Amino acid sequence: MTVKVQIKGIREGLLVTVGDGEWEQVHQTLLVQLDEQGVFLHGARLALDVGNHALKAAELGKLRSDISQHEMTLWAVLSNSPITEQTAQTLGLATRIGKPQPEYPAARAETLLHTGEDAILVQRTLRSGISLNHAGHVVVLGDVNPGAEVIASGNILVWGRLRGMAHAGAEGNELAIVCALDLSPTQLRIAGHIAMTPQRRGKPQPEMARLDSGQVVAENWDPKKSR
Amino acid sequence: MPAKVITVTSGKGGVGKTTATANIGAAMAANGHKVVCIDADIGLRNLDVVLGLENRIVYDLVDVVEGRCRLRQAMIRDKRLPELYLIPAAQTRDKSAVSPSDMVRLCNDLREEHDYILIDSPAGIERGFRNALAPADIVVVITNPEISAVRDADRIIGLVESEEKGPARLVLNRIKPAMVKRGEMLSTEDVLELLAVELLGLVPDDEVVVVSTNRGLPIALDGKSKAGQAFRNIARRLNGEQVAFMSLDDNGSFLGRLKGLFSPGGN
Repeated sequence: MTVKVQIKGIREGLLVTVGDGEWEQVHQTLLVQLDEQGVFLHGARLALDVGNHALKAAELGKLRSDISQHEMTLWAVLSNSPITEQTAQTLGLATRIGKPQPEYPAARAETLLHTGEDAILVQRTLRSGISLNHAGHVVVLGDVNPGAEVIASGNILVWGRLRGMAHAGAEGNELAIVCALDLSPTQLRIAGHIAMTPQRRGKPQPEMARLDSGQVVAENWDPKKSR
Repeated sequence: MPAKVITVTSGKGGVGKTTATANIGAAMAANGHKVVCIDADIGLRNLDVVLGLENRIVYDLVDVVEGRCRLRQAMIRDKRLPELYLIPAAQTRDKSAVSPSDMVRLCNDLREEHDYILIDSPAGIERGFRNALAPADIVVVITNPEISAVRDADRIIGLVESEEKGPARLVLNRIKPAMVKRGEMLSTEDVLELLAVELLGLVPDDEVVVVSTNRGLPIALDGKSKAGQAFRNIARRLNGEQVAFMSLDDNGSFLGRLKGLFSPGGN
């Protein structure tokens, strides 16, 4: 009787599904399979679906070390058997693969900035007490009143008066900017830097704030300057 | 015509909600409307004092809600105005004694036989405010020309919008024209620029208001006071009439009076 071993690619790496049968035989068949495709699978992360097999720590531990000798990593074991699940957890292996891997926030903000994706348009005035949080850029078509706050991992653009609190690049992106037709926030934050707005003199003008060697600086918007 | 429910609120305390409720109510009743004022500030009742009806309280709002008396028994008729009633708040309980749905039910029971139901909201944005807001058809936000009061008004206007009770209408209370003129107080324009809502009334600061609230005689019934006139104008605007805003400037009072002669009944 031959034991079925199936290998397919998933988002989290490779998913190896094994059929029923004597575990020793399954183990050998699996190793043969990995041997044959060794070049392609080099450095791969494996998730193993063992179906109904009830595995003890010794069996699973041996498989893991055999797999790592093939220069692959076993990181998850899926099973219908609670015994196997418990064994896997004891060995520090995952027993679920459904959840997407958490991405690194900093890297994420950068991606957002570069692709220009994931921006939201808020077409109303944000009154005191409103907190707008968004992983991406925020465009407000209206005012941001004192007591309201906008927190974005990307840029913040306010087509109106910005008088509340604005925090751009909230996940650490120091290239983030804040601009508004009237830039008079109670407080302005870019990445980890905080600034207060000085008392304004004269007529408000469209301004853009960004970080310049660790300082938040605001300058009048210049149509001639290309960005 | 079933009554309109008007909730008077502010967020910040001490800006003149209770005074405004009492005076708008009195002015409406003096114009021949059937008015009920409800004090929703359970535990810190004041409206009865300002209307001078404190010593006539037998039953209150909580008694009605908990079924200890009939609605009519809790309604105190004003001593001068036969069409003005007050449902006082309980003083020995707190806000949790009444729920928003209780308030809606109570107002629905009152709607048929009256023209206006005025609710005096407590300060804050918690349960008491929710109670006062739940039955509202019109929300009147009172504020003062002070930054802190304007901030709170902004918050309240936002909450009113999110409850889909908006747009709220604004009354700017306690304006000191001389200070505004010297640039020491926020002007009407400053406040409206930030809040961006419809202006319902401008009430000048007037020492006579303090005297009248202490005596329990609404100033709206005083023909001479400017603040009283302002509250009468607010009552008429709420009734759908077009009333020009009066000049609060002392120097402009002659012109204002002249204008009053030509605009119907206004000042």
